Amino acid sequence: MWLLIIITLLLVILGLYLSMTAGRIDRLHLRIETSSLALDAHLLRRSSIALELATAGVLDPASGLLIADAAHAARTSADLDAVSKAQAESDLTAALDAALEDPEETAEIEITELGSGLLDELDAAFRRVQLSRRFHNDAVRACRQVRSQFLVRIFRLAGHTAWPETCEMDDTRPHGLTER
Amino acid sequence: MKIGLVCPYTWDTPGGVRSHVADLALTLQEHGHTVSVLAPVDDPADLPSWVVDGGRAVSVPYNGAVARMNFGLKAANNVRRWVRDGDFDVLHIHEPLAPGLSLLACWVARGPIVATWHSSHVRSRMLSAGYYIAQTAMEKVRGSIAVSEDARRTLVAHVGGDAVLIPNGVRVAAFHEDGRLPQIAADVPTILFLGRIDEPRKGLDVLLDSLPMMIEQIPNIQVYVAGPGDLGEQHENLNPALSQSVTFLGRLSDKDKARALRSVDLYVAPHTGGESFGIVLIEAMAAETAVLASDLLAFRRVLEDGKSGALFANEDSSDLAAQAVRLLGDSAAREQLVDAGRTRVREFDWDVVVDDVIAVYESVGMPGEKVTTDIRGQIVGRLGMRPVS
Repeated sequence: MWLLIIITLLLVILGLYLSMTAGRIDRLHLRIETSSLALDAHLLRRSSIALELATAGVLDPASGLLIADAAHAARTSADLDAVSKAQAESDLTAALDAALEDPEETAEIEITELGSGLLDELDAAFRRVQLSRRFHNDAVRACRQVRSQFLVRIFRLAGHTAWPETCEMDDTRPHGLTER
Repeated sequence: MKIGLVCPYTWDTPGGVRSHVADLALTLQEHGHTVSVLAPVDDPADLPSWVVDGGRAVSVPYNGAVARMNFGLKAANNVRRWVRDGDFDVLHIHEPLAPGLSLLACWVARGPIVATWHSSHVRSRMLSAGYYIAQTAMEKVRGSIAVSEDARRTLVAHVGGDAVLIPNGVRVAAFHEDGRLPQIAADVPTILFLGRIDEPRKGLDVLLDSLPMMIEQIPNIQVYVAGPGDLGEQHENLNPALSQSVTFLGRLSDKDKARALRSVDLYVAPHTGGESFGIVLIEAMAAETAVLASDLLAFRRVLEDGKSGALFANEDSSDLAAQAVRLLGDSAAREQLVDAGRTRVREFDWDVVVDDVIAVYESVGMPGEKVTTDIRGQIVGRLGMRPVS
């Protein structure tokens, strides 16, 4: 009799634990989905401003062409797999860094109102990319931690949702922007 | 943006977190945002219109001190109603693991949630005991901010997760208070001490020990001591010969503190330890007062190793006396420190710091996303959150 009560009690506790943990995983998946969308929105904003900067006539033609090409590649990478997409965004970072590496040259772009406005916007977009990527990777880390627990794996609490991946790309702000 | 801020500690009692929230709320409003602050309130009489009463607080021991916070089903309902009616674009919770309004807000809300970590010495015992609860609530936080490197380390070590470092701000303009504090003499060299007088770590003893050496060089020097605490012991220990040179001002209002800083020649911070940031030095620099501080790591960082404020060897009264005498006799040197301080303090001006906070707000949600109430999957939530009409 006592054995039965104890077993029932243990089963109830296990059930509660599993149901709460399933709820946690569900919330974490939702958070990753949102953070990934937020990151995409900020990346898109960054490439739009980069394209605008490239075609505004405030850069030398060679840098302009380089950035326009990289920005276009980043903007059309949405349909590619995660790794190629991250590569395209890292390439854009590299192109922007090449053009805006030297604080003195960057200062010359800032002379015009158009140039300084675009640099402000680009810098703001860069910072939001950095932040949202950091928050996204933090959400992935939290989710992975729960999903690798023993009970979660044997009861398949995560369902068929793919194992979450962090976003690895270079989002270092160009030297010319940080030194403004 | 419509922003909801949650402060777990009573609005009526001054404190680090509470003033951080108040300054952030004021600055956000100056930048055109709509802000509502939820906090426990004892006396709702002169509450600003943007503060919402989260209920009366009770005193509980938490994290090695007695804090005043609120709990229970009624508080949970207050939080839920506030979240539901607020229609916020972002919910910003301060000190999220303080068991009170902050933790409750984590339970009842979902959507773009940001948390700021203030404390750098959360007891790990409390965290390990509440690990599951903490973890579950923290998983809803989409972006974490830490106010200091120490606070960030605490979060990484005990809770897990990453945080963006955004230092405490100071409302620089608020320290440009006009007029002198009448209690402070105008025509003699003056020194100010701020902080609890019966707390040894604030270092009042170091300052008082150095006073005889200073009087030898500058007989008419006046030291002003402002701050709460029991006067008895300090008075008894005070050498009667010194009592003419020391004035106790008691606790000052924020405005009078700014006036006091602006009225003296030198602000001395003889703290002996336990400071993780040194906001008081920033306040002195904001008030355009020359600073002399002990060479604690946190102070050296704020003062850029002596560039924007002078330093003396920690707990060394004779070094303190020598530096103070040198500065009081050299107005050009003081002027130079004030100039450097004015530049330094800009980095900590809420007007600038708030841009970083807004960048975090904009990075945690999708455009148009709102904070909503959440009652799913939480047993505590189901018990505590009866539908409110």
